[in-house]
Amino acid sequence: MNLIKKITRRSFIKRSILTILSLELVYVFFNLLKKSNDRLKPDNLFEAGKLDLFEKNRVYPFSSRRFYLSRLEDGGFLAISTKCTHLGCTVQFSNNEGKFKCPCHASAFNKYGEVLAAPATRALDIYPITIQNDTILVDTEKPVKRTKYESSQITYA
Amino acid sequence: MSNSEIEKKAITKFLIHLHPVNVNAQAIKYTRTFGLGGIAALLFVILFLTGILLRFAYVPSEIGAYASITYLQQEVLFGQLLRNTHFWSGMLLVIVSFLHLIRVIYSQSIYYERRKNWLYGLLLMFLVILSNFTGYLLPWDQLAYWAVTIMTNMMSYVPLIGEKLATIVRGGAELNEGTLLRFYNLHTGLLPLIMVFVMSIHVWLVRKSKGVTVADSSKKEMVPTNPQLVYKEIVVALALILLLTFFSIFVDAPLQSQANPLVSPNPSKSPWYFMGFQELLLHLHPIFSIFIVPLLVTAFLIYIPYMKDVHVNVGVWFHSENGKKITIWSVVYAAVFTFLLIVASEYLLKFQLWMPDLSLLITTGLLPLVLYLVPSALFLYVMKQKLNADKTELIMSIVTILLTGYIVMTVVGSLMRGQNMNLFA
Repeated sequence: MNLIKKITRRSFIKRSILTILSLELVYVFFNLLKKSNDRLKPDNLFEAGKLDLFEKNRVYPFSSRRFYLSRLEDGGFLAISTKCTHLGCTVQFSNNEGKFKCPCHASAFNKYGEVLAAPATRALDIYPITIQNDTILVDTEKPVKRTKYESSQITYA
Repeated sequence: MSNSEIEKKAITKFLIHLHPVNVNAQAIKYTRTFGLGGIAALLFVILFLTGILLRFAYVPSEIGAYASITYLQQEVLFGQLLRNTHFWSGMLLVIVSFLHLIRVIYSQSIYYERRKNWLYGLLLMFLVILSNFTGYLLPWDQLAYWAVTIMTNMMSYVPLIGEKLATIVRGGAELNEGTLLRFYNLHTGLLPLIMVFVMSIHVWLVRKSKGVTVADSSKKEMVPTNPQLVYKEIVVALALILLLTFFSIFVDAPLQSQANPLVSPNPSKSPWYFMGFQELLLHLHPIFSIFIVPLLVTAFLIYIPYMKDVHVNVGVWFHSENGKKITIWSVVYAAVFTFLLIVASEYLLKFQLWMPDLSLLITTGLLPLVLYLVPSALFLYVMKQKLNADKTELIMSIVTILLTGYIVMTVVGSLMRGQNMNLFA
């Protein structure tokens, strides 16, 4: 009640103007922050290579694009992000042990990206794969979050 | 006095008028405040000046940043010293601000007319940490890159808005040139500007509540500020500048190799003042460690001076002799218990393995939290029964447990964890 009584016509107009101005500034500010996000995004698909280049049951690094291409026993593909789902460090694939290991906090993942060792709780992100004319195209701009590995995530030729 | 004389002395007069003409003799005893607020203000000025100079060398771009730092350190006369001074002042400012916060809590200087200033103080503490954090990225070396990566990824654990928040802070899914530019602008533009305003209000509110708190407000012996207080301030300021300069001459600010997004160093740690959070994250579900716990602690800190039915001895250290005893016990309890629980949670307690059917929110979130809260509640109960702690003393005990717990986690996280973040590695 006290609050309502205090508002006069003059103070109402004053406050409205101030509020609108601040909202406008905040809006512009947040849009500025968003803007640089889009500017730095290239929108083409990354060409990983021809199908027969990749042997079955092996994992190929594309470190400059921040993903590993994992070809499974049955010939299916998974493009697995190198970004650890715990705190965003870059995981490395160890060929000897056959798993992804995070150097920061010792999370480990198998070749499907499933969690083998905590502290990570979520499987590694994957990138959508499309196969055109026997060429593998990876959309490295659209990481797909997943909680666990499912066979539907695999892309077949 | 003629007009020209007033003009000549304008700066001196302004500085003198930050203080009243006379001050209470108790207020200027060094151990009353340890001069922490003044030291923080001086550090801000040093940071401001060195920062302005650094701006002439620094290039806020992915290619230019690291090169400009090495150029500064190797080619510019006293460039390394300039960066060292800025770096160590920044780190010291975090510590001094934290000590200042502790001082005002334990000397009961946050109640009544100082309530509002407590809130501005908390805001300043937040701004100090934000400034330090945004500056942390600027060298664009491995240390900076991965510390900020980890910190922003910690942010993304906040429920609902976390992912968006982290993306807005970074300007993308990963750290990039855009992140560097916005951190640079915050660090060298917006944040210092806001801090100057908030600091002015902070100081003005101290004056408005008639200076710092004194232990015995019935004693009103006043002494002239100049020279009694001014001399002390000059001695402290000169000592600080001397120590800081010597330290910066002999100890270089760290600079690792240039940031490489493809290779994370092992282990990767966030800046040391956030290591408490990172440590907590190892033991507690993200929703609790990144969101619920910090939110509750902040709300509690804000709420303290507004609590009803408390009897406070404004200006008396630890409220009373009894309060001092309780605070010491709380430090001992929290230090030992937090440490033991960290070790236990590292090697023994694996609720998520014992009860795999239950939600992670319960096994890694609620259970560990209860495991910390129940003994702490018992401890408070014992304090109340054995030492007759009143409400104020219990609040102080809770604050002590929280602060000590955070310090223990920070020490464990930054000093006792090595490769793969293993304990004692």
